[in-house]
Amino acid sequence: MEDGGKDKEESAGKDSRAKIPKNLLFKCPRCGNVVFMEEFNAGLKVCPNCSYHSRISCQERLELTADRGSFVEYDADLTSLNPLEFPGYEEKVAAAQAKTGLKEAVITGECTIRTRRCVIIIMDSRFMMASMGSVVGEKVTRAFERATEKGLPVVAFTASGGARMQEGIISLMQMAKTSAAVARHSEAGLLYITVLTDPTTGGVTASFASLGDIIIAEPKVLIGFAGRRVIEGTIHQRLPDDFQSAEFLLEHGFVDMIVSRVNMRKTVSKLLKAHLPGQKLDL
Amino acid sequence: MEENKLTAWERMELIRHKGRPTVRDYIPMIFDEFYELHGDRLFGDDAAIIGGIARVHGISVTVLGQVKGHNLEENKKTNFSCPHPEGYRKALRLAHQAEKFHRPVICFIDTPGAFCGVAAEERGQGEAIARNLLEFSQLKTPVISIVLGEGGSGGALALGVCDTLGMLENSLYSVISPRGFASILWKDASREKEAAEIMHMRAEDLVEYGVCDGIIPEAPGGAHMNPQLTAGNIADFILDALKNLTQKSVANLLEARYNKFRKIGVFEEGGQIPPGSVLDDTLPGMDDLPEDGVSVSTEETDLNQVL
Repeated sequence: MEDGGKDKEESAGKDSRAKIPKNLLFKCPRCGNVVFMEEFNAGLKVCPNCSYHSRISCQERLELTADRGSFVEYDADLTSLNPLEFPGYEEKVAAAQAKTGLKEAVITGECTIRTRRCVIIIMDSRFMMASMGSVVGEKVTRAFERATEKGLPVVAFTASGGARMQEGIISLMQMAKTSAAVARHSEAGLLYITVLTDPTTGGVTASFASLGDIIIAEPKVLIGFAGRRVIEGTIHQRLPDDFQSAEFLLEHGFVDMIVSRVNMRKTVSKLLKAHLPGQKLDL
Repeated sequence: MEENKLTAWERMELIRHKGRPTVRDYIPMIFDEFYELHGDRLFGDDAAIIGGIARVHGISVTVLGQVKGHNLEENKKTNFSCPHPEGYRKALRLAHQAEKFHRPVICFIDTPGAFCGVAAEERGQGEAIARNLLEFSQLKTPVISIVLGEGGSGGALALGVCDTLGMLENSLYSVISPRGFASILWKDASREKEAAEIMHMRAEDLVEYGVCDGIIPEAPGGAHMNPQLTAGNIADFILDALKNLTQKSVANLLEARYNKFRKIGVFEEGGQIPPGSVLDDTLPGMDDLPEDGVSVSTEETDLNQVL
């Protein structure tokens, strides 16, 4: 904007504003409500006003979901290479690794959830928006293959911005690879529960995230195929706020249930129980 | 086949040429008979995907394809070859029908991408594509896919889970359009020309990655210079693939199809690069990339910004 006066006013306002430590308050990106971080964290990072389920790390998700000490990680040492020699890609991965303490955007492994054994997949949006490149595709595929071998159900907490552009066509092919692994797991008669978390979009929505026998979503999270701005650019109008929300998907028949974070562990474990083999009619 | 010296961007301009033959042009040139079948039995009929039963060399096959137009009128009808979910579901219905009657499936890929719009999201674009990936990976009949022009992202892949993938020599296949790539990674859509080169989206690149199984020569100067000749080459490719695939047992076919995609990925494990992983030294160098180019204005619409 060519308005020097306004710029000055804004920067003056910024300087005079009392400095609030960055991690003291949480402002909800959905409703704009502000709460103390302590209260927000105590409430499992859910907005107390609109119940938007904010993004959490895969370590936090694991803690909330798996029985303590039950998790055994698979394929922890897979890391990305740079197939297109795309400038800056290695640096970007290294920065994400430093920020998150993770090697890639997904962790996979075996655990129990209220004593029920399963293979668990957890994506972490802090790592390059959990985009799916070779490593994510390979880890997810191996997790399904192991579950098929061992006769275990799979529980996948998805979050992703989509395919990892920096890996070009190879990232696209991970959609086919993971979906084929889901198909074999399904053919073996095994249960696959998807939990869609914020945000699940693009190539992950268009592959394994949409293929669960049971699809759960956290409240108010973003789920979609195309990016909102891309669609707004196509249709040249603003989209309603609830477009591509969990509730929007439930209404249109693409989600089985919306479950709050506080009830997630219990719900998943009950669903695992409902699919245990060898059930007999108790007469 | 002579070496194709065109850059990726030059090929992009060639495949967007109004005169480039579309699946509708090729069908009568390749097949003896064709009976178009409509609708997904769930919602409607998407003109962006054509499907039907055809005869080739005495056998019946199911043909599926994304339909580009030669002019605005035709493109309006087929939504610029950007399918909605019902298009993918029609394709899946016809693929299952092919499986029932033991007909091979021939898919023609030619799309900038799956349509990005409100109705597409409401009807589950992501689910429709995902379902095709899963179901085609287990389809108990041979599947041959051929990229005619643009192979744009998940919208292309939804017809691309196959036993044999062929690409016309000037066709391109990528995770996103060069414009989308430049816009997301460089925040500058005008660098699409540069993006096209760095994305390694040419048929030769895809052969190296193990995605493409064969490059189909076009007529000199491009497919539009002699559609009949190009169609003949496509027919030869289909026939060769059919000869090979119809000899395999269903179990072997599905195992090979699984492994075709299973092995694609480039990563390091415990400091070691696993065998089979494509290494950067097999890739073309970046020395021959153009300097940061000034963008050339094109007719590309927002439709091409498809994820």
